[in-house]
Amino acid sequence: MVRRSPISNMFAGSPIKPLQEHISKAHEAVKKLEPFFVAVIAKDYEQAAILEREIHRLEVEADDLKHSLRIQLPNSLFMPMPRERILDIVLNQDRLANKSKEIAGYVIGRQMAIPEELADLLVELVKQSVASSRQAKKIVNELDELVEVGFRGREVNTVEEMINDLDDIEYGADKLGTQINNALFVIEKNLDPIDAVFLYRVIQNVGEVADIAQRVGARLELLLAR
Amino acid sequence: MDILVANSTILIGMAVVFGLFMAWGIGANDVANAMGTSVGSGALTFKQAVIIAAIFECAGAVLAGGEVTKTIRKGIVDVSSLGSTPELLVYGMLASLLAAGIWLLVATRMGWPVSTTHSIVGAIVGFGAVGIGMEAVQWGKVGTIALSWVTSPLMAGAIGFALFRSIQKLIIDTEDPLEKAKKYVPYYIFLVGFIMAMVTLLKGLKHVGVKLPFDQNMIYAALIGVIFAVIGTFMIKRLKFSKKEDKKFHYTNMEKIFGVLMIFTAIAMAFAHGSNDVANAIGPVAAVVGIVSSAGEIASKSATPVWILLLGGGGIVFGLATYGHKVIATVGSGISELTPSRGFAATLAAATTVVVASGTGLPISTTHTLVGAVIGVGLARGIGALNMGVIQTIFLSWIITLPAGAILSILFFFFFKGAFS
Repeated sequence: MVRRSPISNMFAGSPIKPLQEHISKAHEAVKKLEPFFVAVIAKDYEQAAILEREIHRLEVEADDLKHSLRIQLPNSLFMPMPRERILDIVLNQDRLANKSKEIAGYVIGRQMAIPEELADLLVELVKQSVASSRQAKKIVNELDELVEVGFRGREVNTVEEMINDLDDIEYGADKLGTQINNALFVIEKNLDPIDAVFLYRVIQNVGEVADIAQRVGARLELLLAR
Repeated sequence: MDILVANSTILIGMAVVFGLFMAWGIGANDVANAMGTSVGSGALTFKQAVIIAAIFECAGAVLAGGEVTKTIRKGIVDVSSLGSTPELLVYGMLASLLAAGIWLLVATRMGWPVSTTHSIVGAIVGFGAVGIGMEAVQWGKVGTIALSWVTSPLMAGAIGFALFRSIQKLIIDTEDPLEKAKKYVPYYIFLVGFIMAMVTLLKGLKHVGVKLPFDQNMIYAALIGVIFAVIGTFMIKRLKFSKKEDKKFHYTNMEKIFGVLMIFTAIAMAFAHGSNDVANAIGPVAAVVGIVSSAGEIASKSATPVWILLLGGGGIVFGLATYGHKVIATVGSGISELTPSRGFAATLAAATTVVVASGTGLPISTTHTLVGAVIGVGLARGIGALNMGVIQTIFLSWIITLPAGAILSILFFFFFKGAFS
């Protein structure tokens, strides 16, 4: 039998690759929200249900990745970034997938109908949230470059700019959220009260996806400040 | 003294066989550790690593290995106190070789990362203190050696840190890392050649009978550095780069240039290892051969015969060829975290430390030095994750290795003493 050399054993698995795999999985789930809402607006509930199941599956897969990453981080590791921060980042990444699952879950559960007046704005908002999540994923993908430069210099500036862009995208989502809320307020009297309440909630939740993505960025920013 | 004359053939024969055994163990383990980082970072294929090791381990042993050999041979146990019983030193050295060789074999089987240097030094101190007498051991020298086991990883760590930071500043953290790498890497290659040549010229060559004034040494070392750099530049010119590969990881093309650099640091590492660790096997052989062939004349001032240095080098290559390649394979496939730029900083730091220590005659542990160097790069926040648990084990292992080598060598010492007299 050939033993593993102590020198090669010294190198533990870096959490960066798993972190990147996890956010791409979470982002995949978020991305599905767009075709999902398009289907719901078109009242194609069959298609929407298929998409809901896919989002659910992606959420479960992201969960598995999260667990294996947590197991991979024993206390005896020496890393260029604090372990708590890594765990914090993966937790927030995971919320992206969870939130998507939640949204799709009760839209399907209640067979919600989206009023025509809101349709375009809602699709816009979903797109904006997906964009935030994509930007967060891009930033996480810079982590291996950050290690290469030892979290210093030019690359840090690049990542900081990307985080600023993420903030802008999230701000855009916020504004769209307000717009759509106002639009809903105008027509809410004509709607079934419970439907209206749930519509408000869907809008809020879709906006929260962008919030969570922004939080991932903020946690990454903390890695740079040391 | 009659004992030595009567048994001269068998004693020298045993020394050669035990020395080969020990050298085989070093080749099978230590060399694999030393070369593994180069294979692991993808800079060398396996076969290339074995060939480089074969050539430069021998070169290091012959050109720069003399000083450490001298320390092992007569720096640890005070030979002058032996007077009328030189055969004790012969038994002791044979016992030390056998003890260290066996301990190395056992530890390898068990997967313990022990140091060959610690085994042999522990063994010599052991038989010296018990077999000859506490006062025969040169404790001051032993203290210096023991201290160097702490200072050498620290030094390697500091150099590793500084090298990696310099790469970051000069190359990685710039507008165009690829161009900067093309520009600066030849200078690093020059540094590799210069350091190796300098120590060889200053401290090594006098054992093969060459001694030059200091400023001439500088010029020759610089010349060798330039030759290295020119070869390296030529190799970099032949590389192919494509923008597409930088998409996923921005530094893919830049790392290719560091791959070239790694070839030179692998050479330096093999050379450094040869200059330091080969002495562990051949120092005792040289001691035995020296005493037996002069029929008990311990105080002979002769330098280590080249054939003994070659014996050590040959044994190491043999160990590498028969077993070490397997260990290199496991080292290599395990290190995905080691990009060429990090690997370069770590390996050159370790090699420099070892080469300098060899020049001053200090036997140090290559493995521990390498560990120190890797931690240095890690402290520069350049490595994704290191396993502190394993690092602790590595440092703890030398605490057991010293007494283990000592106890085994004491046992063998009394065995040989009883068998021959």
